[in-house]
Amino acid sequence: MTLVEIKSAINSQFPGVIIDNEELGDHQLELNGDKWLDIATFMKEDPILSFDQLECITGYDGGEEAALQTRYNFHSMEHRHKIEIIISHDREEPRVASIEKLWRIGDWFERETYDMFGIIYEGHRDLRRILCPDDWEGWPLRKNYKGQELYHGIVVPKIKEEDGWE
Amino acid sequence: MGVVKGDQMILNIGPQHPSTHGVLRLEVMTDGEIVSQIRPHIGYLHRCFEKHSENVTYEQVIPFTDRCDYLASMNSNFGYVVAMEELMEIKVPERVDYIRVVMGELNRIASHLLALGVYGLDIGAFTPFLYMLRDRERILDMFEYTCGARLLYNYMWVGGVSHDLPKDFEKICIDFLDYFEPQIKEYNNLLSFNKIFVERTADVGVIPADVAVSYGVTGPNLRASGVKWDVRKDEPYSVYDKFEFDVPTGTGKFGTLGDCYDRYWVRMLEIKESIRILRQALGSIPSGDVHQSIPKKIRPPKGSIYRRTESPRGDLGYYIVSDGTPVPFRVKMRSPAFTALSCLDEVSRGWMISDVIAILGSLDIVLGEIDR
Repeated sequence: MTLVEIKSAINSQFPGVIIDNEELGDHQLELNGDKWLDIATFMKEDPILSFDQLECITGYDGGEEAALQTRYNFHSMEHRHKIEIIISHDREEPRVASIEKLWRIGDWFERETYDMFGIIYEGHRDLRRILCPDDWEGWPLRKNYKGQELYHGIVVPKIKEEDGWE
Repeated sequence: MGVVKGDQMILNIGPQHPSTHGVLRLEVMTDGEIVSQIRPHIGYLHRCFEKHSENVTYEQVIPFTDRCDYLASMNSNFGYVVAMEELMEIKVPERVDYIRVVMGELNRIASHLLALGVYGLDIGAFTPFLYMLRDRERILDMFEYTCGARLLYNYMWVGGVSHDLPKDFEKICIDFLDYFEPQIKEYNNLLSFNKIFVERTADVGVIPADVAVSYGVTGPNLRASGVKWDVRKDEPYSVYDKFEFDVPTGTGKFGTLGDCYDRYWVRMLEIKESIRILRQALGSIPSGDVHQSIPKKIRPPKGSIYRRTESPRGDLGYYIVSDGTPVPFRVKMRSPAFTALSCLDEVSRGWMISDVIAILGSLDIVLGEIDR
């Protein structure tokens, strides 16, 4: 299926969730995150779409003025089509429904994105940091991240503006 | 199994433990010898690959990718440059594509040899490990001859490769293949058809196909569950569509479809397929300049791309976002070992602790790639 067909399939089931964005590539689709769990369930279980493979979840921070996003790459092994779903979050309180029960790999991918960007996946059964220590402060991959100076008394190396790494 | 319920006990395996293949800690909930739950703790080797990438130029990301999957650095490079070239719409000379395929397949053989050898070591067979490492050494020698490095190559660049093939490389490589191909029979006699090894691995740790797909398990682990999916075949990149090769899948050779033995055996069959690809590629490397399409300055247009390639461990994906400057805005690596490890909990439930070691080894994880 092409993107246009996938788009119309989602649109007929959930009218008004697709956000028009001129800047997106021809494999991307931006959605409103309010009904995300229902849309994801539909995408997985509908026999025409049947996206059985969740390839990747990427967190994305466009900078101070822009949005915090979660980007999902889906692929259907049966129909050999793929799509990228983009959902934007509120910067102050980034929240979106978890899809960890639909695609089990979503569990670790969402934990990773939570760890790096602080996006909260509601309904996730075990949302804790995965790569950083549990008591690490801040969200490392956000553009405005300031690292802590000490971690349990150990100096955390910093980036210097001119000379690179200390 | 597990009818009698006794007291639960938590057992820590790792972070320093030979069978965890790196620094991985498994928090195993056990009832006697029977495992009821596993919580893997990762991140001990986290080196902030993605954060580093946002502070260096596109060229400088390549050495970092080497250090992620240090057993198959060529394939890590390969995935990154393929994604970058698609983003920048660079067409590389055919010679470069052929050289990349040769290097990628050689590295796949080297990685599988280590995976199989170490798996034998986990189970308790020491000798096959030495045999396989001996032959892997010859592949590393060829890499050293080509680019000077044995493990971390930084060989594939965006638009080309760092060095052209050295003198007589094709002949050296063919000689190696002629020597290596009969060795597989020896491995089989030593390990594959060894009764003790088969007893330890067959019927153990079965991953059904739907569970594997749901957990994002890819590569040999997915194919062992009977799903015929190979990025080289199904979404061909580089010049893989020009070669004839089969995609081996699990058959339940000595036990059930998708058990540990199948995962082992699929890797052994893949080595044979890699040899087939290598023989075809080496015989037809076109001439040309390997540096001609390397851009002076890498400045991709605004946009993003997600591209996956087949590394020895599975689908290696790169998500790259460019804002039009020479520094990447965001680089994300979708690591195949990360997804493979995530299914360990579900697969190991109900098995004994010694079987957990067998299951973990059969997944062929590399912690450098999981933690990035």
